[in-house]
Amino acid sequence: MIKMIDVKKAFNGQVVLDGLNLEIPEGRITAVIGPSGCGKSVLMKHMIGLLKPDSGQVIVDGEDIVPLGRNQLNRVREKFGMLFQGAALFDSMTVFENVAFPLEEKTSLSRARIRDRVHEALEHVGLRGVDEKYPDELSGGMKKRVGLARALLLNPRIILFDEPTTGLDPIICKAIHRLIQETHARFGFTAVIVTHEVPEIFTLCDYVAMLLDGKVLAAGTPGEIQRSADPRVIQFIRGELEGPLHFI
Amino acid sequence: MRAIVEKLGALTLGLVREMGHMLNFLLYALYIIVRSPAKPFHTLKQIHFIGAKSFFVIFLTASFTGMVLGLQGYYTLAKFGSEGMLGSVVALSLIRELGPVLSALMVTGRAGSAITAEIGIMRISEQIDALHTMALEPFKYLISPKLLAALIVLPLLCSIFDVVGVYGGYLVGVKLLGVNPGAYFHEMEKSVEWKDVYSGIVKSLSFGVIIAWICCYKGYHAGHGAEGVSRATTAAVVMSSVLILIWDYFLTSVLL
Repeated sequence: MIKMIDVKKAFNGQVVLDGLNLEIPEGRITAVIGPSGCGKSVLMKHMIGLLKPDSGQVIVDGEDIVPLGRNQLNRVREKFGMLFQGAALFDSMTVFENVAFPLEEKTSLSRARIRDRVHEALEHVGLRGVDEKYPDELSGGMKKRVGLARALLLNPRIILFDEPTTGLDPIICKAIHRLIQETHARFGFTAVIVTHEVPEIFTLCDYVAMLLDGKVLAAGTPGEIQRSADPRVIQFIRGELEGPLHFI
Repeated sequence: MRAIVEKLGALTLGLVREMGHMLNFLLYALYIIVRSPAKPFHTLKQIHFIGAKSFFVIFLTASFTGMVLGLQGYYTLAKFGSEGMLGSVVALSLIRELGPVLSALMVTGRAGSAITAEIGIMRISEQIDALHTMALEPFKYLISPKLLAALIVLPLLCSIFDVVGVYGGYLVGVKLLGVNPGAYFHEMEKSVEWKDVYSGIVKSLSFGVIIAWICCYKGYHAGHGAEGVSRATTAAVVMSSVLILIWDYFLTSVLL
């Protein structure tokens, strides 16, 4: 379980997280939604210790990770997998090398066993015959799927998805959502998805948290969020221009 | 008045802080080399990139530097009727100064800028963050192999520079201007001491550290977007070139 208590973070004086409180339930899929620039990605980077808050606590499995040093933080990160917004594949390596990399570095599996595991993971995300391709030869959707295969490979207990479907066509979007759902059903990890895919995400996730101005504006099941009495929540999930929120 | 003092103070503090960060960066990279060395293949790849691929540039610069030294040296020495000393002039200037400094500057331009750009792009495309999330130490894969490779490669490139330069001087001095070939090499042998060679090697070793250190640091802390990477690359090349020349002065004054 991940719990964030009164987390504050500012970059060069600009407040991004402003006393944020959030609880991510274990073994469920939680979606984090909210307008662009409201601090969703920053929030996610706090969960895995890529960023440290100015104040507040980030608790992972009962342990506050904010004061941890490099080595201890790495121990916590063993529990995590992360799919980045741009997939963050190593561009000097082929697809195969990318996916095999964590296995080669962190396990003592034989070469043949690694090859089998990598192929299994790639097939699981629907990719075949791309072993020797480099990331810049792949389409956006394929990159995301390779990233997903890499994130899943070490069977992490928590997976963070930073905008897994942004910039993809609607069919690939649906395919990726289904992939997340299927792998979640199979492995039962805790998932956190930062996304703009509203309302599609509601059919996929168990919980939703909506962020606004560095705080959690509303949190609950998709049903509760859709029935929210807060006009800002309703305006956002319906994507209306008129209302209490002004973006332009 | 107060505003000026405050600004100056903030600037100084910022500078000191940056220098502290840079020193920490270097010490941590050295620590990682010892504690969890990268696979030999990673270092080998960097040796190929920084070293083998710089060979042609080094060869070209060295031969023309040697040739121009031969030319200039000959006409200056001819005024005193001591053209026979040409060999020692060419060899000493190359081995003590020009070899280490020019080879380091060429490597900065060719490989240093590429190192900064590569690491900078990895930073902005979150590849370094990806290593962190896998609980892997980015220094082990990105910084330490480059530092180690630069340490190995720079003295070698410097030696190649020296040898090629000496033959460049020979080509102009002996073949073109008619200095006695025996005198060219005999004077050289008489005047070049082991200490000169040793100081050249020490210099190029330390230049190797400077190049890898500054270029990796600037890339690792590149700002946002393509502009951030381009700025980091420029800063890395300028800073390591200047630092090489400053450090060269200090080393010369100590080693001479």
